[in-house]
Amino acid sequence: MTTFWFIVIAFLWTGYFVLEGFDFGVGALLPLLSRSEAERRQVLGTIGPVWDGNEVWLITAVGAMFAAFPAWYSGLLSGFYLPVFLVIAGLVVRGVGLEWRGKVGSRREVALCDAGIVAGSVLPAFLWGAIFGNLLFGTATATVLGGALSLSVAVLHGAVFVALKTTGRVRARARRAALLAAVGAVPVAIGTLPSVPGRGPMWTLGTALLAAAALTAGVTLVWGRREGWAFTATATAIAATTATVFGVLWTAPLPGLTLAEAASAPYTLTVLTWIGLIALPGVIAYQAWTYWVFRKRLTAEVS
Amino acid sequence: MDALDLARWQFGVTTVYHFLFVPLTIGLGVYVAGLQTAWLRTGKEHYLRLTKFFGKLFLINFAMGVVTGIVQEFQFGMNWSEYSTFVGDVFGAPLALEALLAFFLESTFLGLWIFGWDRLPKRVHLACLWAAVIGSNLSAYFILAANAWMKHPVGYEVVDGKARMTDLWAVLTNSTALAQVPHVVAASFVVAGGFVVAVAGYRILRERGLGVLPGRRSVQAVQDATVPARRLPDMWRTSLRAALVMTAIAGVVVAGSGDVSGQLLREQQPMKLAAAEGLRHDTAGAPFSIAPGVEVPGLLSLLAAHDPGATIEGVDDIQARYEKTFGPADYTPNLPVVFWSFRVMIGFGMAAVGLSVLGLWLTRRPRPRRRRGDTAPGTARPVPGWFARLCVLALPLPTMAIVAGWLLSEIGRQPWTVQGELMTAASVSPGVSLGEVAITLAVFTVLYGVLALAEGVLLVRHVKAGPELPPVERTPAGPAPARPDEARLTPTLMY
Ligand code: HDD
Ligand code: HEM
Ligand code: HEM
Repeated sequence: MTTFWFIVIAFLWTGYFVLEGFDFGVGALLPLLSRSEAERRQVLGTIGPVWDGNEVWLITAVGAMFAAFPAWYSGLLSGFYLPVFLVIAGLVVRGVGLEWRGKVGSRREVALCDAGIVAGSVLPAFLWGAIFGNLLFGTATATVLGGALSLSVAVLHGAVFVALKTTGRVRARARRAALLAAVGAVPVAIGTLPSVPGRGPMWTLGTALLAAAALTAGVTLVWGRREGWAFTATATAIAATTATVFGVLWTAPLPGLTLAEAASAPYTLTVLTWIGLIALPGVIAYQAWTYWVFRKRLTAEVS
Repeated sequence: MDALDLARWQFGVTTVYHFLFVPLTIGLGVYVAGLQTAWLRTGKEHYLRLTKFFGKLFLINFAMGVVTGIVQEFQFGMNWSEYSTFVGDVFGAPLALEALLAFFLESTFLGLWIFGWDRLPKRVHLACLWAAVIGSNLSAYFILAANAWMKHPVGYEVVDGKARMTDLWAVLTNSTALAQVPHVVAASFVVAGGFVVAVAGYRILRERGLGVLPGRRSVQAVQDATVPARRLPDMWRTSLRAALVMTAIAGVVVAGSGDVSGQLLREQQPMKLAAAEGLRHDTAGAPFSIAPGVEVPGLLSLLAAHDPGATIEGVDDIQARYEKTFGPADYTPNLPVVFWSFRVMIGFGMAAVGLSVLGLWLTRRPRPRRRRGDTAPGTARPVPGWFARLCVLALPLPTMAIVAGWLLSEIGRQPWTVQGELMTAASVSPGVSLGEVAITLAVFTVLYGVLALAEGVLLVRHVKAGPELPPVERTPAGPAPARPDEARLTPTLMY
């Protein structure tokens, strides 16, 4: 049961990083991809209907940690007090920026919302990597590298997403941005990932290699204008990275804490399992339907 | 001042703040969904205009509910790690269920509703809004079940210094939760109803050229260019009356469930009940003070036990008993705060409900005259100007009442976080320093202050601007596609 719930939580975090990863990238790239108000709307329109649903993956991951591994939840959040605080402050200004952008009046207010979106995307994208980097290695270098990795991969992932979802000039810029982001992401990834499995089970070596390969494949595919496949590749890279990280955390989710110590009683885990098994497929189904409804590319022409 | 005090302030500030937006989300969502349903069934255009108008106000507010809620989800772990470790097994479960069963529903379908106006079939589009609204209400149920467990823990045992759940069903059907859920949800409808009533009242005044305060005339009567002027007051009258009905019905539920809560307090949280009256000693036929010194004999006993002669335990006597059971400590909550919040909650809240009943009577439709051949109903009574003013001025009452309700409930529970099991002082994160809590508290306070101001400005602006042009007046087809191969593409999503 403990193992199963650890996997569930790893899965929820993976869903979060894959989905909100591109939200963050899109938000961070906003000023670089658009030159006019119509183009800014085009860029943000790609994530408009889905970002809040993506964020709930985080809330569910955290809620599930609370229920299944209370000591892990409380140790992680109180241990990384200030970084976690900055993450949520970022999410606050970002959420408000996204929702209010279309409802404010003057240009200045729109610009303020945009600033919130950019800052609120960059900050959490960096900090999550930094938090997990620090958790794995405990060194300052690992913290910075982890942050750089998660930020650059999110930017790449977001650029590929915009390229996939738009037309015209924005699409062209997004492709260029993706290639530029790759220049940052790939070396950092190749530099950091191999050092991770040294601390965890053998199979994390496999997932780390998969992550590096997927990232490289993604870049090649962007180059070849196969954006759909490129997005699949960057998503795979993020999923494989998350799997690697959680593979290492498996032995010690926090320094000095084992999973067994952190876990809730079997009764709680069992009832949660049943409810989760029924509900989660439904959630995935209706979220997938959302992406289907909004599947078409967006143009900059305003209706 | 130590980290514990600041952590308590932080929890109080952020939760009260979250709860300023939550009731409006819960109640206004249902109201907007009702309007859109009415539009779909009748095809009357003014329902569509109202849907879009209140829908926009709803969304401005919804954003704040979401972002402040995220803070709450992390708070337990950040500031209350000892608490979280102690209760996670039991308390985490409803929180996880809330995210899984309610938040996903709410956020995903709301996204579909916002962006789906001309992408989804009308019925499916409406169903998305209802799904989101059900999500909001479901989330209230789960979080309140978690909160009720802190007041009246059930379905658990303590093993190795941690609470372990033994029965999820008992947690979800806790008697305290079953009283609290209808109480808080109905109170949210009172808040949302009061909000709509104030907005409609303001529009009625504005379109008649009246100011909010008597004697002051507003600049000029606002004419809506697109709709014949005579139809306008009708539209606001419709929305006003719908909201009055909602508030009045919700008021009955609030009072009924509040009554049940009072009975439960006597059994489960006697200290809170005693504090709410400032009753010092166990008293048979305990009185209720309408204000300090104005006592109605036997009323508290009547409220809490449905028997004017029943004995109600008093603060000092409970304190003595708790010292015997739990050891020496101060078990008495802040008496003036609990006393006054109880009165503000009932007084202000029920005043708003009373206003809605008055409004329904004032704007009733006269019966059709019983003359031969004349079956048409009488013409609608216009909304009196003074009543519209009252509606606007009453805007803060329900919100003050609902916040006071939480102060009663949460401060009245002190010094316990989990009644009889865990004290607040033992709940706080041991590793978090005073400085850290101080920084985050300061940043949250400033950030929240700025955002509250911004939300207020946005809401007022949209209310002043009024509904947009009816969408039917726009040409249905967008601009011609630039290139033939882009004909299938959709234009930028607007929001
Ligand atoms: C009675 C109702 C109620 C109460 C007591 C609370 N909330 Fe809340 N919460 C809601 C009712 C609600 C809601 C109406 O469902 C919201 C408001 C806006 C929204 O999106 O959902 C919400 C939003 C919301 C969100 C954002 C969801 C999203 O992204 O869609 C989170 C994470 C929380 N809440 C968590 C909490 C926690 C941890 C609370 C305990 C301190 C809490 N809420 C008290
Ligand atoms: C949204 C409505 C709520 C409001 C307005 C509210 C308000 C408050 C306030 C003012 C305090 C501080 C009391 C004091 O320290 O004297 C408090 C404490 C607390 N509340 Fe609530 N509360 C709400 C809902 C909840 C819910 C739903 C939960 C749990 C799921 C909860 C859990 C707690 C905890 C753990 C404390 C302990 C911290 C403390 O004692 O200061 N509250 N709340
Ligand atoms: C006849 C009127 C009312 C009565 C008898 C009543 C009674 C109560 C009682 C006894 C509690 C404490 C429950 C507990 O702590 O376990 C409570 C809590 C509360 N009340 Fe009321 N109430 C009334 C009206 C209102 C109104 C009009 C509002 C708001 C518009 C409101 C909002 C709340 C809230 C938010 C709480 C905290 C949540 C809870 O504990 O249920 N109440 N009420």
